[in-house]
Amino acid sequence: MRLTRRYRFSASHRLNSNELTADENARLYGKCNNPYGHGHDYVLDVSVEGRVDASGQIVGRNALDELVQQRVLGHVDHRNLNCDLPELNSQVATTENLAFAIERMLARDWTLPARLARVRISETARNTFELETK
Amino acid sequence: MLLTRKAEFSASHVCRDPSLGDDENRALYGTNANPHGHGHNYVVEVTIEGDPDPVTGMVFDLRELKEIINAEVVDPMDHRFLNHEVPPFDQVVPTTENIAVEIWKRLHSRIDLPNAKLKNVRLYETADLYVDYGGEG
Repeated sequence: MRLTRRYRFSASHRLNSNELTADENARLYGKCNNPYGHGHDYVLDVSVEGRVDASGQIVGRNALDELVQQRVLGHVDHRNLNCDLPELNSQVATTENLAFAIERMLARDWTLPARLARVRISETARNTFELETK
Repeated sequence: MLLTRKAEFSASHVCRDPSLGDDENRALYGTNANPHGHGHNYVVEVTIEGDPDPVTGMVFDLRELKEIINAEVVDPMDHRFLNHEVPPFDQVVPTTENIAVEIWKRLHSRIDLPNAKLKNVRLYETADLYVDYGGEG
């Protein structure tokens, strides 16, 4: 069985690759390359997979919420992803790279009995990125 | 091919293990353990996997599917207090997980054609929490 819990965070970012020239970045990323950055209300869906325990749950809601708050939301909510999130390792702050970063942040000290199964992030209601974890 | 039909029901519940004390229940279930219960607008998405019948062009008759979901899930659970009015939740704690398993049990024998089987029950307790159950042990 799989349980999916939805979280929200608001953050700013700017898409800019150090491998490209200023003109190339402007062409590739368009408005997302504007120099001072911009922000989104991200939606993060965390899915866990496992067996239902004696309490009738795969995972305690409080335990999952605390873990996501400590490992992820506390580091990204009302932050600038380019400046404030070392986990991105200076990669471009695309939502693709952000999804991998959040997966690493969650998986590193995963203490719950249920397995981390999927990370899904919506940058806006129109763009969603989904990562099944191994 | 996958076919999904959605239905809603509004119900109250309380998540408490009667063999445990208040503090233990609060630790396990949080505010879901508040003793007098509370309610949700549950949304259930029933997914069937199959091939369209060569004559009718349908995986499963949607009118029949609606009637099955109404008879097995919506009619017995809508505007009810699950713990008091909907067995087995007088014995089984009505967590989202356990309600999804119960819905699966009620539906899977009735959605069983040579060309179409029940594939998944997705149950939303709120817009921010849902479980998927596919009949696994």
